Amino acid sequence: MTLLLDLIALLKGDTQADRIVPRTGQTARLTAAVSGAMAFLAVFALALSLAAGRLADRWAEALAQSATIRLSAPEAEIEAQTQAILTILAQTPGIATARALSDDEQRALLEPWFGPDLPLADLPVPRLIEIKETAEGFDALGLRQRLAAETPGAVLDDHTRWRRPLIDAADRLRLLGWVSLILILGSTAAMITLAAQAALALNQQVLRVLRLVGARDSYIARAFVRRFTHRALTGAGVGAALGTLAIALLPRAADEGAFLSGLGFQGASWLWPLTIPPLAAATAFWATRIAALRRLRGLR
Amino acid sequence: MIEMQDAAYGYGATPILSDMTLRLAPGSFHFLTGPSGAGKTTLLKLCYAELLATAGTITLFGQDANGLDRDAIARTRQRIGVVHQDCEFLDHLPVSENIALPLVVAGRDSADQDSNLKELIAWVGLSGRAHARPPELSGGERQRAALARAIIMDPDVILADEPTGNVDWDMSLRLLNLLCELNRMGKTIVIATHDLALIRAAKAQVQARVLRIADGRLTAAGTNL
Repeated sequence: MTLLLDLIALLKGDTQADRIVPRTGQTARLTAAVSGAMAFLAVFALALSLAAGRLADRWAEALAQSATIRLSAPEAEIEAQTQAILTILAQTPGIATARALSDDEQRALLEPWFGPDLPLADLPVPRLIEIKETAEGFDALGLRQRLAAETPGAVLDDHTRWRRPLIDAADRLRLLGWVSLILILGSTAAMITLAAQAALALNQQVLRVLRLVGARDSYIARAFVRRFTHRALTGAGVGAALGTLAIALLPRAADEGAFLSGLGFQGASWLWPLTIPPLAAATAFWATRIAALRRLRGLR
Repeated sequence: MIEMQDAAYGYGATPILSDMTLRLAPGSFHFLTGPSGAGKTTLLKLCYAELLATAGTITLFGQDANGLDRDAIARTRQRIGVVHQDCEFLDHLPVSENIALPLVVAGRDSADQDSNLKELIAWVGLSGRAHARPPELSGGERQRAALARAIIMDPDVILADEPTGNVDWDMSLRLLNLLCELNRMGKTIVIATHDLALIRAAKAQVQARVLRIADGRLTAAGTNL
């Protein structure tokens, strides 16, 4: 009930009651500055977490349901073995399409490493066969055994070996982002609690006078809670706005910097930073309320 | 109104007050005397539940003080006005707002406050100082502001702890006259003091009972000094 009254009072405001708490400069500035700084960092942690999430999803989607066969064979046999592999693939359940990459496509794949004038014909470059799976997927073990028996130079690569660590890394990055957010929230609570305790200690005389004239604990606590909640809300609002602006102004790189350029928000996720100031205010509300009631219990 | 039955108070094993039996009847006037450190302030604090008896019973307006929760203590204090020798204020607020503070914390309508507040400030002679901050006041002005704050809620009991300790004789008499006037209005007054001249001056105006504390006990109580 008291908590509900506190929340109502917080929203409604009470000009007269607010005046009983002196405007102590240092704790006010500290609360607003800490909330602002933490909100700024929280925006980045949020952006990191969301970007890592998107990256993990993209890698999972892009690499799932595709596989490659590398064929190394003598020049004279390569066409025949390619055809044999395509025949095997056509008979394998779970494979939607399969095709051998043309020389131009293979050259384009190698171009970033060897340049545009690569003499593909003079090099022992394996032939690549691209596979698209159906939704059900294929039996990779069975296909490997058949390829080994019929075309020994063919190696099936279903991307699992290197796709899984990348997705795991992106998932871990997303988790770290959320852990950072929790740590930021915890640090904010700790700093605001310290600031509130400092303000309460500085205002011991105010507390004594108020108790002497018949003020209830909830009334006194409410006045401090309102003050600190407003400071935290204001500070976090500015910090979150600056953080969001900084994210928006990050330079957009091309595909080469895909990860860095992806650090940010997309679509509706731009609304996420809006949750930070109310979260900071709620943290300040609880931290100050607990600190104030604990301090008041020491007074009769 | 306020009653003590074999009440005692001490810190740990050290007793400060023992066997205190006392009844403050409505409209009565009491002086509490005794040497410094005798326990006058402690006795007053027991009367408004800032301290709780370690033995015996203290009843405040019919309720056992030891059984009151913090909200009930706050409500009880709205019926008891307290004036300390070194009275504390909210130094960032003007005198008028400090005097009105009990009304504000009790959630009384501010429109009703204004006229009563002005009358009260005039009654204690602080009309010209209503907008000053407490640190700007003299000792006598602070005591009168504290008295005004103590009575703005129209309390039943006024407890004054050495109210004239920091002021000259003229101001002491002025404060005493205000307290006597309040007593004539029906308020119960308790003044802790070691100023015998003040007690003699009061006895010329009101029927005052003198309680003496020595060695932690009420050793004499009567109308004579």
